[in-house]
Amino acid sequence: MTPDLRTGYLGLTLKNPVVISACPLTERIDTLQKLEEHGAAAAVFPSLFEEQIEREEMELHGLYETGAETYGESLSYFPDMVDYNAGSTNYLRMLELAVQSVGIPIIGSLNGVSRGGWVRFARSIEDAGAAALELNVYGIFPDPARTAADVEAELVDLVTAVRERISIPLAVKLPPFFTAFANLATRLADAGADGLVLFNRFVHADIDLDTLRVAPNLVLSEPFESRLPLMWVALLRGRVSASLAATSGVHAPADVVKLLLSGADVTMTASAIYRRGPEHVRTLVSGLSAWMTENEYDSVEQMKGSLSHAHAPDPGVFERVGYMRTLASFSRWMP
Amino acid sequence: MTRRPVTVDGNEACASIAYRVNEVIAIYPITPASPMGELADAWSNAGRVNAFGVVPRVIEMQSEGGAAGAVHGALQAGALTTTFTASQGLLLMLPNMFKIAGELTPTVFHIAARTVATHALSIFGDHSDVNAVRSSGWAMLASSSVQEAHDMALVAHAATLRSRVPFLHFFDGFRTSHEVAKISVVGDDDIRAMIAPELVRAHRERGLDPDAPVLRGSAQNPDVFFQAREAASPFYDAVPSITAEAMAEFATRTGRRYELFEYHGHPDAERVIVIMGSGRDAAHHAADVLVDRGERVGVVTVRLYRPFDTEAFVNALPRTTTAIAVLDRTKEPGAVGEPLYQDVLAALSEATPGTAPAVRPSVIGGRYGLASKEFTPAMAAAVFAELAVDTPKRHFTIGITDDVSHSSLRWDRGFRPEPADETRAIFYGLGSDGTVGANKNSVRIINEEPDLYAQGYFVYDSRKAGAMTTSHLRFGPRLIRAPYLIDQAEFVACHQFEFLSRLDVLEHAAPGGTFLLNASGPPERVWDALPLEVQSTIIDRQLRVYVVDAHRVAEEAGLGGRINTVMQTCFFALAEVLPRAVALERIREAIRGTYGKRGESIVRKNLAAVDAAVDGMHEVPVPSNPTATRRRRPAVPDTAPDFVQRVTRLMIEGRGDLLPVSAMPVDGTFPTGTARYEKRGIARELPIWDPEICIDCGLCALVCPHAAIRTKVFPDGNGNGRPAVPSKPFSGRVLPEHRLSIQVAPDDCTGCGVCVDVCPAHRKEAVRHKAINMLPRADVLTRERAQYDAFLDIPEIARRDVPLATIQGSQLLEPLFEYSGACAGCGETPYLKLLTQLFGDRIVVANATGCSSIFGGNLPTTPWSCDRAGRGPAWANSLFEDNGEFGLGLRLGIDHKAKVARERLSRLAPELPGTLASELLTASFDDEADLARQRERVEQLRHALAGRDTPDAAELLTLADQLVPRSVWIVGGDGWAYDIGFGGLDHVLASGENVNVLVLDTEVYSNTGGQASKSTPRAAVAKFAAGGKPIGKKDLGMLAMAYGNVYVAQIAIGANPKQAVRSFLDAAAYPGPSLLIAYCQCIAHGLDMTKGMEHQKAAVETGYWPLYHFDPRRASGTDHPFRVDSRAPKRRFEEFAATEARFAMLRRSDPERAAELFALAQRDIDVRWHLYEQMVGVERSIPDSETAS
Repeated sequence: MTPDLRTGYLGLTLKNPVVISACPLTERIDTLQKLEEHGAAAAVFPSLFEEQIEREEMELHGLYETGAETYGESLSYFPDMVDYNAGSTNYLRMLELAVQSVGIPIIGSLNGVSRGGWVRFARSIEDAGAAALELNVYGIFPDPARTAADVEAELVDLVTAVRERISIPLAVKLPPFFTAFANLATRLADAGADGLVLFNRFVHADIDLDTLRVAPNLVLSEPFESRLPLMWVALLRGRVSASLAATSGVHAPADVVKLLLSGADVTMTASAIYRRGPEHVRTLVSGLSAWMTENEYDSVEQMKGSLSHAHAPDPGVFERVGYMRTLASFSRWMP
Repeated sequence: MTRRPVTVDGNEACASIAYRVNEVIAIYPITPASPMGELADAWSNAGRVNAFGVVPRVIEMQSEGGAAGAVHGALQAGALTTTFTASQGLLLMLPNMFKIAGELTPTVFHIAARTVATHALSIFGDHSDVNAVRSSGWAMLASSSVQEAHDMALVAHAATLRSRVPFLHFFDGFRTSHEVAKISVVGDDDIRAMIAPELVRAHRERGLDPDAPVLRGSAQNPDVFFQAREAASPFYDAVPSITAEAMAEFATRTGRRYELFEYHGHPDAERVIVIMGSGRDAAHHAADVLVDRGERVGVVTVRLYRPFDTEAFVNALPRTTTAIAVLDRTKEPGAVGEPLYQDVLAALSEATPGTAPAVRPSVIGGRYGLASKEFTPAMAAAVFAELAVDTPKRHFTIGITDDVSHSSLRWDRGFRPEPADETRAIFYGLGSDGTVGANKNSVRIINEEPDLYAQGYFVYDSRKAGAMTTSHLRFGPRLIRAPYLIDQAEFVACHQFEFLSRLDVLEHAAPGGTFLLNASGPPERVWDALPLEVQSTIIDRQLRVYVVDAHRVAEEAGLGGRINTVMQTCFFALAEVLPRAVALERIREAIRGTYGKRGESIVRKNLAAVDAAVDGMHEVPVPSNPTATRRRRPAVPDTAPDFVQRVTRLMIEGRGDLLPVSAMPVDGTFPTGTARYEKRGIARELPIWDPEICIDCGLCALVCPHAAIRTKVFPDGNGNGRPAVPSKPFSGRVLPEHRLSIQVAPDDCTGCGVCVDVCPAHRKEAVRHKAINMLPRADVLTRERAQYDAFLDIPEIARRDVPLATIQGSQLLEPLFEYSGACAGCGETPYLKLLTQLFGDRIVVANATGCSSIFGGNLPTTPWSCDRAGRGPAWANSLFEDNGEFGLGLRLGIDHKAKVARERLSRLAPELPGTLASELLTASFDDEADLARQRERVEQLRHALAGRDTPDAAELLTLADQLVPRSVWIVGGDGWAYDIGFGGLDHVLASGENVNVLVLDTEVYSNTGGQASKSTPRAAVAKFAAGGKPIGKKDLGMLAMAYGNVYVAQIAIGANPKQAVRSFLDAAAYPGPSLLIAYCQCIAHGLDMTKGMEHQKAAVETGYWPLYHFDPRRASGTDHPFRVDSRAPKRRFEEFAATEARFAMLRRSDPERAAELFALAQRDIDVRWHLYEQMVGVERSIPDSETAS
């Protein structure tokens, strides 16, 4: 019997637990259609970055103002365009098109700067037809005066505010760098987050040794990176009311299986698709199905969290012991 | 039908009608008419339909001549067709205009009338252009105001279709074309009523059609040409009455009444001024005041200038008229009088008995207002006064002081009939701070009120970097007709504190008025920071002073340095033109309207600035006595030459109007090297050298657009007598035991930062710290000024001691192009500077009109300079279209002088000492040492010739310098080289003559504001290509290479400076025509100008701008003349395009079209590279035939 791959996530019923995470791939309609064709259950649209929008608007504004009304022969340097598609217009138009072009749920994603921006753009994404909204929360806080408590409180307030303004399901995609992550996760769920997405990956700066310049550099994930979400999904499963999505390092069917066993409702992948193309989704889904058949699992629902902290035979491994165990097992290989 | 008034400038007022009436519009940019074409293009691109429901076709041509040709063709095909132009552009249309008129073809050309270049170019307004074409057989209709530019445009279109005689509709350039005013708009229904379908049909039916073939444009012989020419006469006879009917019909529909000649003034006037154009209102104001005083004066305004209706004119004069002054806004040297004067004389002479004034009036004629010279009511009053004297000047000038021919009338500057219920405001701002934009906005806001009227006029700088703008705003309860600048302002705003140190900002502040100042820091400290002159004026005139730290408020609102909204808000808060709350709400509405399309955040930030502006404004208590000791800086230093002190200084101070005729050169010849005396100090940060890190590469000086970074070497005196400048041991291969100094000219630098951006050296401990770093000007100014003075005193190194072919070496030579008014970060000027460093003491430059002629030749001061020996580039600008030919002519003239010199020298050889003559005649010039030796020989020759009084000796003395070779450089932009001047350039390149052509390729018409040229690449957004240019750029280099004997190089100084330097040297050395095509980043590309050189690199690395050279000297035998000097593209075009708004904007506005055009643009690159790769292996000549020959 073919196992039942369906899974519930954010109150949505997905045909399987393989979701494409927010990345430039999901912005292209033709790619999106291929991803759907190969079995993707849902896709997260690339993030709308409020900071980027503001910057683009300021650049556009500057473009038209620079040199304008300065010299009698050239009162401007660019033609006035019919439409600049300024702000979120273009993004929302693309999102709308994506929603219309595929049958699978499209989840909007948002990275805001101002509280007003978060709320305003969240509404816009809902209006554009997104099945759910993922708040892509990350920031660097170099100000020594700003405390962890401040940052967490602002985050909880933000989720509360957005939750009040939209009616579609709300997920929060988080970085792992919170000291008391479980506590924060609970507070976010209490504030109205329907799901937590663990974890987002940063565009860390890198140094070009030829030019001695610092430049942003996003590298694709590696399979080992699924360990971190695996741990936190396992720890949170059953402890928070929100759905759990595991992302980072989802490359092979085995990664999907492991994350589901640890307690994820869905797994999200992007780097593997970049490397192997949209058809890799089929590999992930069929691999999951094959593993389930082989191991006599009837459904994904049956699998989910069966090796979570609450249900694992040795739950302590998910805590610090896990590190010791790894070392111990590694030491066995030493001559 | 009542329509809501709108606020527009004269250009838009006119274009609004022209666009809605016509079907085909052929355009070409020229100031001040360019905005009409730009608007038409933008409307067409946006799909806006004309009054007949069709989107007109707008096409940019390669010149005004081309536009006229296209118009002629479209008209002959039966389409309603128009164009817009001015000045030289109109003159280029002249041949076609004769044809169009001769063929009785209805059309209207709309002209923003502008000075025709004579002793100098001027972009400003007068009637010299329209008068120059008055023999072409066109009807000419003059508008006097923004409203009339709208209304007469329609009258002209209606009359031309009814009469079949083409119309020139004109209004004053800048004064009307750029004045912003409230007008009532003619509706489409009015247009349709005035442009009767049967007339359109008749026009179409006259179009060439193979279904009803005719022949037009025959060649005629003496037997019939004359008669055929006369056959059209009845059509001209009918024009006045047809035009009057059209005006009457227009009045019926709109309520606005016009006449062919319109009288205003005392019904029984004795003295009458006859005038045409915007000066009319100044004359009206004067007449009104004088009539109130009991004087019998009046004004006749000419509207239909051609055909000149004698009867209508005479009937417009009061029968009591005894004396007439005719004012012409033009000068026709040698004529009996100016054209309108002659018309009036002839009309009075021909008038039907009984219709003319009872007594034959005496007539005098005067010139006024040339090149937008102010014409005020006071000047008109002086003309009326002149009519009252017993023996008035028959020919006079007004508005200047003519102390040479004594033609000028004196006028009373205190005669200011400004209405009491009107408020006047002057704003001084920087071009970059948005002052003009905000003031245009304010005019619109005020004009939105049903019972208020506002007028705005804007005076722009001669400079592009750090340009100052002056806005003149009037507002009040009645329609404002004041076509002259404000003299007494109740409100003065200074948007930049620095202006106070160099300008008399309060010159026009009326007593008891308000002064708003943008000043940083606490308000209580502002008073003490004011120069003594400012404090004194404030106290003497009892001004109320308000300050706002607009930069801080704008910064906090997230607007960076854009202070326009802050200052606009403060103006409305103080001026009380509207209740404050209402005014602020109107500003908010305007912000939403103006910036809404640019994004929500822009609106939000500007709204935040409105809210914070009023809170940030404070009144400054004014003490009873001045407290300052600091005075305003003198405009030029005491050390400046006499001409600069007497003449240039006044221009710099903004008081050039006061200069008398005698102060001016009679033929437009000016001394060079005057920019160095105008110290504007516009940089906020200055680049400061760190000798410890410097690697002596010279890049900083090479790329500096303003020659504000200088390098010099001097002998290392081991500390004895070493100049008081930072220095380091020089590491070059030549000049051992020398020290190097790199120094900024602190008052000439624009702060663009390009030098810092290109600096390759950095400190190990902190990579950001380079060998040159931007520091706040205020922190370093005093020290740097002293250092720069000391630096200038360091003797220049001898040219022969420097390796020219290196970047380092070239930059040790004195630049003879310095401190121009070009944009900060300009991409053109580094090439010109390099040109002068390499050959400056022996070049003659022909400069096409455009950016380079403007920053190169616009008064008050000019950048082309000379060395201590007095040698330097000799520079001239002829026209836009003829620069190639002009430069070739220079070559021919110079060569002929050299030929005469050599011939005379040969004749005198036996009389000269030793082998001097033969050495002079056979010298070769391979390097600077050769040139120096020849100069020494020329000196010996002078000595030898001194005292000889034979004709040959005297002639040779005057021509001796010609024995040192001259290099002719033909310089211009892509608008010239690719478009308007291409035919001439092609001919010059084909001539084989030894000229060097430098094309400063910005890929758009930069000077007129970024219109597309044939150099504009595919996918770039530009004016006239708002949807992205659909076709690729012309490969100019390839066309030139086709001749086989032209040296061609494509260069990019920021990508491969060595190749650029080498190409300059090769081009100069090549004894035939050379063409250098130089990549120039431009403000019209939409980039961070600090990083212009990085963009050049990217352009080369993506293959967008491949570097190559073609040297015909390698074309013989099996050698290969063509070499590519850049590597195969490593990056995609899209990477480059993403960094420049000219491309990126299309992706934002129309992603699908962008994707399509970007793909084609990449293909253009790939194809061109493929072609060039093959060309590298091409042998240009047949080896056998070479051998045989």
